[in-house]
Amino acid sequence: MFTNISRTIKFAFNNFSRNKGISIATIFVLVVAIMLVTSLFFFRGITNYLTTELKNKIDITAYFIENASEEDILNVKEELLKISPNIKSIEYISKEKAYAIFSEKYQDSEVLQRALLEVGDNPFLPSLNIITNGDPAEYQEISNTLETSVFSSLIHKIDFYQKKDTIEKVYSITSNINRFGIIAGIILIIISILVVLNTVKLAIDSSKDEISTMKIVGASDWFVRGPFIAEGIIYGLIAFLFCILFSGIFAYLFSAKVSVILPGFNMFNYFLNNFWLFVLIQLIFGVGVGVVSSLVVVKKYLDI
Amino acid sequence: MIKFEKVTKIYPPNNAVLQDVSFEIEEGEFVSVVGKSGAGKTTLTRMILGLEEPSYGEVFFNGKNLRNLNSSEIQSIRRKISGIYQDYKLFPAKTVYENVAYILEVEGKSYNLIKDEVSKVLELIGLSDKKENFPKELSGGEQQRLAIARALVNHPKIIIADEPTGNLDPYNTYEVMFLLEKINKAGATVILLTHDREVVNKLDKRVITLVNGRIIRDEKKGKFII
Repeated sequence: MFTNISRTIKFAFNNFSRNKGISIATIFVLVVAIMLVTSLFFFRGITNYLTTELKNKIDITAYFIENASEEDILNVKEELLKISPNIKSIEYISKEKAYAIFSEKYQDSEVLQRALLEVGDNPFLPSLNIITNGDPAEYQEISNTLETSVFSSLIHKIDFYQKKDTIEKVYSITSNINRFGIIAGIILIIISILVVLNTVKLAIDSSKDEISTMKIVGASDWFVRGPFIAEGIIYGLIAFLFCILFSGIFAYLFSAKVSVILPGFNMFNYFLNNFWLFVLIQLIFGVGVGVVSSLVVVKKYLDI
Repeated sequence: MIKFEKVTKIYPPNNAVLQDVSFEIEEGEFVSVVGKSGAGKTTLTRMILGLEEPSYGEVFFNGKNLRNLNSSEIQSIRRKISGIYQDYKLFPAKTVYENVAYILEVEGKSYNLIKDEVSKVLELIGLSDKKENFPKELSGGEQQRLAIARALVNHPKIIIADEPTGNLDPYNTYEVMFLLEKINKAGATVILLTHDREVVNKLDKRVITLVNGRIIRDEKKGKFII
């Protein structure tokens, strides 16, 4: 068993080093294919960041009546959190805090500051600011809950219907981005696999007569296919090493440029934070496609 | 050892290469199968190796019907049969040493045994000084000798030589035939497929004559007569 494995590895290395042109061409194609798949994961990082940012910009606010106590409002907050597991954040804004936020936001606007002074009292109402996963149905449900539950007497107004159109538009945009990502990803992965399969086929086609002779002299199927599989692993490993290096360099060089378009998103940090995921994807794709392609192509020539 | 029983092989659409062929080859025999090109000699070889199945009839190896054997049993039979072919069937990406060693590696032999056996056979065949060369770096005669070295290295019970002298000059032809006779004297069964009249007539051994896929003559001490 051990002897056969060591012979298989020796045959694979010999084939690899004696067919340098084919080996380099196969590794090049694998690198291109793995980089295509890797670019999808960078794309996923960017779109995830983009959609999360968009969704976080969308919220609804429930305004409470003026004399609602803080305790009552916090009770409503707790109840909402229990009822709706998709709530990402829910923030209580007291009358005073609302006043402070407004004052700070419009400190340069004399008209608004004067208007505030003329009103005299604090005209703001206490509120709960709610952010969910972005689904309009989710916001609708929370709005309905607040309007129909026992707390409805505490509620002055919910701004869901004013924001409904915007929420739906943002949700549709983020859903479309995700859908496009998945479809483009599947298409790119299929193209990559087909390209690698054809390259490996060309590489193994040159050994077609050799495989037939191996079978005629009595080599078992595994003794014949073993070196080709090992060669597929070698191709995959070398391609992976190139790709992980290229990915790091690419993420480092383009990080600043991407940050200009998407402030707050650091591509190099995204690469470092997901380093092991990148390793896993590139390794599985490179070695996996290399081995599976070898298996598929050799099988064709083994049936004699 | 090898038995053909009413074997017919028809390739689509209706090309009968062998028709109703029956014969038996005993252990240790030297049999020449003669016939013109296209007489069915190569198809016969391919059937012994289990590379082709008869359309009708049966082929037996040591009493076992090849049709009923699974892939690993067929491979085990192929390991007992060595072939020398007109196109040599060498491994172009392996050196002379590796070409010969491969046969023993297939059988799972140890490194030391392989080293000894390969060195011996390369010495015998006169290719010791070319063991690191690749087949394309050898002359036609050397390539044929390499094919023979590969066929001999595992001391096979049966050697099938399909036109082994087809590409050789008279000197190399004599050498190859001398080796085949020597192997036969050592106990191996040799099946020689050829259309070389002179070679067959010199041997003075059993001759099976094929014409248009049919056996027209099977003589214990035969001549090339077509």
